[in-house]
Amino acid sequence: MAVWWWLSERELVNPIFLPKPVQVWAAARELCADENLWLDVQASFLRVTAGFLFSAAIALPLGVIIGAFRVGEAVLQPIMEFVRYIPVPALIPVLMVLFGIDEFSKIMLIFIGTFFQLVLMVADEVRRVPNDLLQVSYTLGARRGEVLRLVLWRGAMPGIFDALRLCNGWAWTYLIVAELVAANEGLGYRILKFSRFLQTPQIWVYLLILGVIGLALDFAFRRFNARVFHWADTTKR
Amino acid sequence: MKLEVRDLEKVYASRSGFTHALAPTSFEVSSGEFVCLLGPSGCGKSTTLFAIAGLDEPTRGEILLDGQRVRGPGRDRGMVFQNYTLFPWLNVIDNTRFSFELEANIDRSSTCAEVMTQIGRASALLELMGLSAFERALPRELSGGMKQRVAIARALTNQPKLLLMDEPFGALDSQTREEMQDMMLLLHAHETMTVIFVTHDVEEALYLSTRILVFSPRPGCIVRDLAAPFGMHREPALKLAPEFMRLKRELLDLLRQPRTGDGHHGDRFRKLITETKLPSTP
Repeated sequence: MAVWWWLSERELVNPIFLPKPVQVWAAARELCADENLWLDVQASFLRVTAGFLFSAAIALPLGVIIGAFRVGEAVLQPIMEFVRYIPVPALIPVLMVLFGIDEFSKIMLIFIGTFFQLVLMVADEVRRVPNDLLQVSYTLGARRGEVLRLVLWRGAMPGIFDALRLCNGWAWTYLIVAELVAANEGLGYRILKFSRFLQTPQIWVYLLILGVIGLALDFAFRRFNARVFHWADTTKR
Repeated sequence: MKLEVRDLEKVYASRSGFTHALAPTSFEVSSGEFVCLLGPSGCGKSTTLFAIAGLDEPTRGEILLDGQRVRGPGRDRGMVFQNYTLFPWLNVIDNTRFSFELEANIDRSSTCAEVMTQIGRASALLELMGLSAFERALPRELSGGMKQRVAIARALTNQPKLLLMDEPFGALDSQTREEMQDMMLLLHAHETMTVIFVTHDVEEALYLSTRILVFSPRPGCIVRDLAAPFGMHREPALKLAPEFMRLKRELLDLLRQPRTGDGHHGDRFRKLITETKLPSTP
């Protein structure tokens, strides 16, 4: 804050690019009164949530299959690894051709950006459950399905939820990418629009809002994980 | 209860070739025995135990429990591992009761009374282990010795025909280890049970067991079947008795001897591989 204030007051950086804190504050007050801000936040939030939930809903079972069964690993893992290395923004033209430029293509972009990473992270977490725990369950009379449900899934859950936390962060990144390309509302769209008119204080306000949302979600995830998975030895993670 | 191990043999395939872990091994264990499998590391004693548990498929040979061939893990053989294997998300009592919720248990004991007996048994075992005060504690809050006591209690709730233990006190400090040994003696006297206990510690084997099977280095086979002549009631002072010391010396000497006749085994080994059609390594 101090550095920012000092740099902008002395106008060491072109004031068009680095506005003064006072200007940003004024812009923030102005924008808060404008209902567009809240519509943007709402639109972006809905998109991220839809893409993220869609991705998680498919990635979780698939990740467990890859992590638990050798067949699943042999068949699915190479595909996932391959797609994972295709930069998501490079897929935008393909997505636009396939799904048009409406809501669904944005959600798909978030889905593709997070899904392949998440699948592999979930598989890793499932593999990380100690083999001893599986063996001991079998000697206690558990069947395969029970071991999968009661031991592998339960044991991998803290790691999986931590992966979801990271993934939510990436979802926001891809949201902005999607909105910069084509949208009529949303935080990314608004930033692009402000930049066309060189309204840097407004851009800064939106960037700060993005930061605050990210921080809040991360904090919520952490609190949730710490409470639900209090049994996990957090020092080892 | 009668366990028969017949010509059990194990060859592991690895990247660097084949490892002959266990040469054909046969022995029998009957009800109430406390058998220690003693030997240097890599002698196949754990392999034998895992095969009895049904967690490891033997290359050859078979294992019969009361005449029934062992085909996989089951609740009639409880197992305690060297590593701590409590489910970290369950507290002590829920860990102990883990097997009650399983389908295998629901199929078997349908009556309410039986379930109540089981629940009572879990609590009684924890009390016997001195863990009543820790029923609600999570595994991460327990010491190593306590974790292993819970693991033993959990293995016993199913009333298994056999309790299999794979160096269960290997990770504990020497004082806790001695406490656990005395507890095992008490438990063996209190519950009429049959134990197969893997260890590389001669003193531990002599102190705990009614019978010791000594394994040679790899490929392992039984070189000595020794009955421990110390009766059922034992105290730590026994470890200083002349007879105990003499047997300890004898077993230590036996373990130090290198295995002879490798050439002969090489031939047998090749024959075994061609017969069992293991995948060849590139």
